[in-house]
Amino acid sequence: MQAEADTSELRHKVEEARKKKAAFGEDIDLDKYPEASKDVPKVDRLVDLSQDEQRTLLNAGIIPSEEGRAGSFIYMDESVVHTSVRMPGVEVMPVSMALKKYDWMRDYYWKAVLPDADKYTARTFEEQADGYFIRALPGAKVKAPVQTCLMLKGKSVAQTVHNVIIVEEGAEMEVVTGCSTSKGVERALHLGISEFYIKKGASLTFTMIHNWSEQIGVRPRTVVLQAEDSTYISNYVALRPVRSIQTYPTARLDGKNSFARFNTVAIAHPGSELDLGSRVIMNAEGSRCDIISRTITTGGKLIARGQMIGAAPGIKGHLECRGLILGKGGIQIAIPELEARVPDVEMTHEAAVGKIAQDQVEYLMSRGMSEDEAIGIIVRGFLEVGIRGLPEALKREIDATIEKTDVKGM
Amino acid sequence: MLEIENLSVEVAGRKILRNVNLSVNAGYTNVLFGPNGSGKSTLLMTIMGFSGYKVTEGRILLNGEDITGLPINERASRGIGIMMQRPPNLVGVRLRNMVKVTGKGKVDPDAAAKELDMEPFLDRDVNVGFSGGEIKRSELLQLGAQNPCLYLLDEPESGVDLVSIEKVGAKVHDMLRGGTSCAGWKMQSGKAALVITHTGQILDFIEADRGYVMCKGTIACSGNPRDLLAEIRKMGYEECVKCKLKLTPVN
Repeated sequence: MQAEADTSELRHKVEEARKKKAAFGEDIDLDKYPEASKDVPKVDRLVDLSQDEQRTLLNAGIIPSEEGRAGSFIYMDESVVHTSVRMPGVEVMPVSMALKKYDWMRDYYWKAVLPDADKYTARTFEEQADGYFIRALPGAKVKAPVQTCLMLKGKSVAQTVHNVIIVEEGAEMEVVTGCSTSKGVERALHLGISEFYIKKGASLTFTMIHNWSEQIGVRPRTVVLQAEDSTYISNYVALRPVRSIQTYPTARLDGKNSFARFNTVAIAHPGSELDLGSRVIMNAEGSRCDIISRTITTGGKLIARGQMIGAAPGIKGHLECRGLILGKGGIQIAIPELEARVPDVEMTHEAAVGKIAQDQVEYLMSRGMSEDEAIGIIVRGFLEVGIRGLPEALKREIDATIEKTDVKGM
Repeated sequence: MLEIENLSVEVAGRKILRNVNLSVNAGYTNVLFGPNGSGKSTLLMTIMGFSGYKVTEGRILLNGEDITGLPINERASRGIGIMMQRPPNLVGVRLRNMVKVTGKGKVDPDAAAKELDMEPFLDRDVNVGFSGGEIKRSELLQLGAQNPCLYLLDEPESGVDLVSIEKVGAKVHDMLRGGTSCAGWKMQSGKAALVITHTGQILDFIEADRGYVMCKGTIACSGNPRDLLAEIRKMGYEECVKCKLKLTPVN
């Protein structure tokens, strides 16, 4: 009876949140975006997808042959199109299936992200969105990344997705997520809930590549809960044009000596507005974090937020936002925030926004490079720092994206 | 190869060089002495074409062509290469990549780095956290890959520890000699260089052909580099500054 009462109270709260604006970002009218299709046909193998779709996957870091991947999960519109597991120690399935299979899923589902946080979480809750469930079994060192892709296929629709990752005690796992738009889709919306749980001594490296198109609105809501001695490394890459992204993933370090690192590299093209934040709440003694962002505007608006909250003794954190302005008409805003709630904390930040240093360009030119080549090398280096440690294949993809980016109009 | 004619240069509105005349023939290694602040680095930076060094008078000729107004990279492509005193940090650009790009893919970074004991630095960001001596070796590594015809070396020995100076000196020597010991060949097709030295220490390693002394933004004197150095060591630069002996036109 109590459970039913709780559920009905939550439903009521969520109903109330239907019109609740998010704290940041352009307010999107959800009524203009009908629910995306739940009937996209399944495929057994990713190579059975159309050539166009395979290319879209590749551009978002997803390997259609699945070679060198521990598993795959492909979600198109609101349909689970493909799941596979190729290596031991890991489970990959739709979150809807995990809810049926495991009673304990109730302890994880909607437990990190609040359903009534804003209108976007409310919509995702009310649609009972599916998504991926990925779990590394206790002590498993998963040898290759699990790849997932969230693709928008329908025009003018809203895709909702709800993902859960659990890394059990002592396990290690890497997940690569590519978010993309199928060819021809111009205007659409992506709403994504992600709840990650990293248990004692476990580690998760999560790389997300956003490869949307010009008229896509994106509102991910991510919370990571970390136990003792756990590690979370997030690499976020958004280099292609998009209309609007607003995201503020949060890691809550509840276990002693846990560590979180957020790396962000992004380019705001003309017409794009990217409001990208990373927040780490350090609740336990000895926890540490790094928040690093490297952002560029070539004409769009880029807001790089970062927040660290130090609420336990012996914590340590560093926040670094660097922004380059290339071309005209772009806006870069860096908003670092440090909040200390106990005396024994060490938190630092540096923020710098500006153009490429002329002395660096000229130094490279004195080695025989043209001005454009010199700028290209510096820009690549600038972004590279934001994603150090990323697998080579992803780096090549990012390099290719940068090559296509016009950085000449200095 | 290089001729500087009556060159005057302003930096941030201040006149730093006045009527400088100087030349470096093909195959020659000429050295530029002078007290701190006399304008030696300004001259090298101006020859390379860096912004902020405004030529108000005179011109720079390379193999007879007036390059005074050319962009930096076009001077580089015509064969000028510089070792800077304080090159900027290139965050995110690895030395390995710099050597590859500078050598147009024809230089093996590992082999080149080995010669200068720079292998551990190949995967580090260019100049970031490098000591004085490491910067010199990194510059030489890049210059070696660039393989210019005219080297502009700004105090290659400064800040280098005693162990590294042998390496640096030997590398500079090798680069300038262009792999030959025949004086006649060197004069015809060897590399030319203009080397700044405050202390003259680099002369223990290289064979210099002509020396210039720069004082207060102009060339005060020229001659046999070893004679000049002996005199400077004996009397100090103060005497050069005071000296009324004006140099006869070069060459």
